[in-house]
Amino acid sequence: MTSMLKILSRPFVAKSSGDLARLGVIVALAGLILFGALRYDNFLSPFNILSFLRYNSMFALIALGMAFVIITGGIDLSVGGVAAMASVVAAYLSPYGWFPGLAGGMAAGLIAGSINGIIITRMRIQPFIATLAMMLAAYGTALLLANNQSVSVSYDTGFTTIGQDDFLGFPIPAWIAVLAYVLGWVFLERHPAGRHVLAIGDGEATANLMGLKVEKTLFAVYALSGLLAGLAGVILASQFGAGQPTEGVGWELFAIASVVVGGTLLTGGSGSVGATLAGALLLAMVFNILNFENGLGWISLSAYWQSVIRGAFLLIVVVLQAKLMNKTEAN
Amino acid sequence: MTTIDTSAPTSRAARLNVAQFLGRYGTFSAFVLLLLFNIFVTPNFLSWQTLNVNLTQVATIVIVATGMTLVIATGGIDLSVGSLMAIAGAAAPMIFMGKLLPIDNTGILIILSFILPVLLVMAFGWFNGLLVTRFSIQPIVATLVLFIAGRGLAQVATNGNLQVFKNPDFQFIALGRIAGIPAQVIIMIIVAVLAHCLIRYTVIGRQIIAVGGNEKAARLTGIPVRRVKTFVYIVSGALAGIAGLIVVARNSASDANLVGLGMELDAIAAVAVGGSLLTGGRANILGTVLGAFVIQLVRYTLLANGVPDAAALIVKAGLIIVAVFIQQRAKA
Repeated sequence: MTSMLKILSRPFVAKSSGDLARLGVIVALAGLILFGALRYDNFLSPFNILSFLRYNSMFALIALGMAFVIITGGIDLSVGGVAAMASVVAAYLSPYGWFPGLAGGMAAGLIAGSINGIIITRMRIQPFIATLAMMLAAYGTALLLANNQSVSVSYDTGFTTIGQDDFLGFPIPAWIAVLAYVLGWVFLERHPAGRHVLAIGDGEATANLMGLKVEKTLFAVYALSGLLAGLAGVILASQFGAGQPTEGVGWELFAIASVVVGGTLLTGGSGSVGATLAGALLLAMVFNILNFENGLGWISLSAYWQSVIRGAFLLIVVVLQAKLMNKTEAN
Repeated sequence: MTTIDTSAPTSRAARLNVAQFLGRYGTFSAFVLLLLFNIFVTPNFLSWQTLNVNLTQVATIVIVATGMTLVIATGGIDLSVGSLMAIAGAAAPMIFMGKLLPIDNTGILIILSFILPVLLVMAFGWFNGLLVTRFSIQPIVATLVLFIAGRGLAQVATNGNLQVFKNPDFQFIALGRIAGIPAQVIIMIIVAVLAHCLIRYTVIGRQIIAVGGNEKAARLTGIPVRRVKTFVYIVSGALAGIAGLIVVARNSASDANLVGLGMELDAIAAVAVGGSLLTGGRANILGTVLGAFVIQLVRYTLLANGVPDAAALIVKAGLIIVAVFIQQRAKA
């Protein structure tokens, strides 16, 4: 009986705490932008805005894939390694043209994500074990392919356009991210399969009984996360002119933190694409502001503080989420 | 008709037997096969040198994996062990080199450099336990916080610099020998035996298993679930701290960027290969020790036969998946 009540009340619980978190993240983002604009001269300069968007598009992309995975109640710890591997593949293919580079990197990501999906759905291994192993395997593959060095890309075939150039005055990586988020939103909010993703996160057994294709959907979600990580790897190689087999460490945390900051519950069943984007922007904005603050000379935080701050952020958000959940459950 | 009736169950039974056999003796068989393979293929495998290298390298994996076994037995996971190793490894040299405390007596400093780092990471372990028990945060996420921030703290404290030192008294835990046996191997044996006895013969050991088996039932029978869970995270932290001290002592240097990197995976893999279910309710310490030996031997076999480090990563990934898969099959 109580479990029945719990299931029935779950959508409302998730909704109220999720909405609060979503409102919170937008208010915090607006507050940070206002703070930055008032405090630093060049904060709202086109240069800062454009380079901010160009650099952080990669993280926005992996956060989108992570959002879908987490909504199903899973987790993907392999995104950083997969992005590193994809960047190496893309760099090797870049002399053949921008398209082979792009397609090759994305295919590498898709393959890794599909293997995750197969291990999780067919072998029934917990997502964190499967993707942790994939993280190892992807880094191993990247290092093997690249011979433990970074692989420089070709500058003659237009491959670097993807990461470095603008289209209509807006960085191309940002266009890619915007497009991915629009598609992601339409999929999650308007497409039946997107509703299936949410239903699975709410309860796999129930979704199964409802006749939803649980295994197929789960597989697709991990494949998508791999694909987006691959795309992020392509942008990485294109933007920095090299495939980097050791890059991507800690990216999974950035993605998880963005998703969670955006109000998506780590237990699955609820989540929003738009709020994930806001979460990613908020996290990136914190580092942008720290850079400016370093520039002012009042404080000097080494790059090492980044991971501490990221961890602290994740901590604050999950504790707040837990408190909200407990309160709404008690009510 | 009769043939179908009898043959179907037998074939299923046969398949079950294979799964159960692999689940029960798979690790041991793998260990023996690896030994045989090395004896015939790897040059100079049967030497004191090889034994020494493998024993000293496996010691830290066993120590950390023992803590991980206890955490996993309660149905949890501790992803922060590698970062906690880095914290302890960064703190110890700072203490005995006199950078942290205004004490001149080197003897006291050495003793403190053993005790304080371990206490420090025990506090972090307690923090993990707090997140898991008081805030009901999933263990993966709760320990993910320190997985990233912990190494960051160690890097911030050392400014990312390598701390090089030469201190025979401190380094005794890694380079010293008692009756010819390396000190870290003795520590490893003590840790494993204590943990085995804890699980087998003490109340809290049985409570750990009960919590992992069925948390609700454990709570209803009056087991202090929160206290038991917090306890295992503290133990896991303490053991990670000891392993961190051993690693820096062995290297005569502490590099916050590298100490304990990837150790969480080695430890989880050792537990999985060793036959404890990752879903909790079981703690096979001897299995974990054997699992750690298998993982060490796989790495050694690959390296000694000229397989690049990167390929070893891929093999390890495959090994983890296969081990977990077999465990789950054997249970079902």
